[in-house]
Amino acid sequence: MIHIENVTKAFDGVPVLQGVSLRVAAGEFVALIGRSGYGKSVVLRHVAGLLRPDTGRVMVDGQEMSALRGSALRRLRARFGFVFQGGALFDSLSVFDNVAFPLREKTKCTEGEIAKQVEGALERVGLAGAGEKLPGQISGGMVKRTALARALVMEPEFLFFDEPTTGLDPLTAQGVLDLIDECHRNLGFTGIIISHQIPRIFDIVDKVAVLQDGLIRYFGPPAGLEDAADEAVRQLVTGRA
Amino acid sequence: MQADSPSCCPTLARPFVLVGGAALRVLARTGRMGVFFGRMVGFTLTPPVKLRRVVSRIHFIGFQSILVVLLTGMFTGMVLCLQGYHALSRFGSDAFLGPLVAMSLIRELGPVIAALMVAGRAGSAITAEIGIMRNGQQLDAMEMMGLSPFRYVVVPNFLAAMVSMPILACLFDVVGIWGGYLVGVHLLGVSGGTYMGEIAVYLEMTDIMGGIYKALSFGGIIAWVCCYKGYYTDFGAEGVSRATTQAVVTSSVLILVWDYLLTSVMF
Repeated sequence: MIHIENVTKAFDGVPVLQGVSLRVAAGEFVALIGRSGYGKSVVLRHVAGLLRPDTGRVMVDGQEMSALRGSALRRLRARFGFVFQGGALFDSLSVFDNVAFPLREKTKCTEGEIAKQVEGALERVGLAGAGEKLPGQISGGMVKRTALARALVMEPEFLFFDEPTTGLDPLTAQGVLDLIDECHRNLGFTGIIISHQIPRIFDIVDKVAVLQDGLIRYFGPPAGLEDAADEAVRQLVTGRA
Repeated sequence: MQADSPSCCPTLARPFVLVGGAALRVLARTGRMGVFFGRMVGFTLTPPVKLRRVVSRIHFIGFQSILVVLLTGMFTGMVLCLQGYHALSRFGSDAFLGPLVAMSLIRELGPVIAALMVAGRAGSAITAEIGIMRNGQQLDAMEMMGLSPFRYVVVPNFLAAMVSMPILACLFDVVGIWGGYLVGVHLLGVSGGTYMGEIAVYLEMTDIMGGIYKALSFGGIIAWVCCYKGYYTDFGAEGVSRATTQAVVTSSVLILVWDYLLTSVMF
């Protein structure tokens, strides 16, 4: 379970989060939506422990992220997967080695077992046969799918996606969303996804959180969005001012 | 509006606010550099060490710097010999040309100039590489896998620089002495036997070890500063460019300051 309690954060005196609270139950998949530059990635980075809140706290499975340091933090993060906006692939490693990296470093698997798992993960994301290529030699869609394969190969309990479809054409974006949906159904991870794919993202998540002006203005099932009391939420969903 | 903004203060207080703010920023940065150094040493002393990565960085920092170190070493030895000869011959002491060149190189110029060359060639590349990894969220990705970027990125550079620098400094010394020999013996007419023989008489093991200790610490300084600047780089191409410049300038200045302190203690 992920529990964000009244988190505030300011950068250079400019408040970004002004009391964000959110509760994601085990196995639940939540879409975090909102206008660009309003702090969605900041929320996600707090959950991942990459940022520390000014006030408030983030609890993951009963452990306070901002209180964890060193090996305790690394142990908890070993249960996380994170798909970054730009993929964050290691550009000196091939697609295969990128996916194999966490297996080589975090498990005692033999090279044969690693090869089997990596090939399975690449096949799952539709990249069978692309293992030898370097990140610079593949398309944006393939980068995102490689990042997804790398995140999935360790079968994480918590998986976070920071705009995994940004910069992709509509068909490729839908393909990536379908893939994420399939993985969620098969693996049952607890997840948060930031996306601007409205309304398509609503088909694959259990709940939607709308971040506006540093606060969560709506948190509930996608079906309730269009009838939300908050006009800003309705505007964001319908795209009409 | 920020509390420390000078525009919120009375005019008379503004200079104090500006100076105080700048001093606090310098202190914060120095503290962060100190913490970075502590973490770097801590991870170095805690296994596992990524040996394959260390070897690859030795190839980059050490092996690929050999040519530039040999060239600078040779010309430094040659010019040192030329200058030294003109000074010594005024007092009829040109027999001491060999010891002058050798001791200057081994105790001082070898470690320092080799370190400055490595800071310029490899240090800047280390900063740029880590800075680009920071910008591309590759370091964050590593952290999200429960792995420490220190172990994979910083420690290998630190160990590789510490291993490479003494070897490079020794190469610099040898080639420099040989360059001095070429100029002194073949160009200026000093006896070859005198040149080499006097070196053996005057040079002591403490001189050689002093040079090696210096080179070792300079390697640590280069890796520390360059990794730190890359690790905390600003965003974008401009941020990486600024970090790279700062890394070379800061490590070069620190090498010279540290060299003075070590010389005053060791010799």
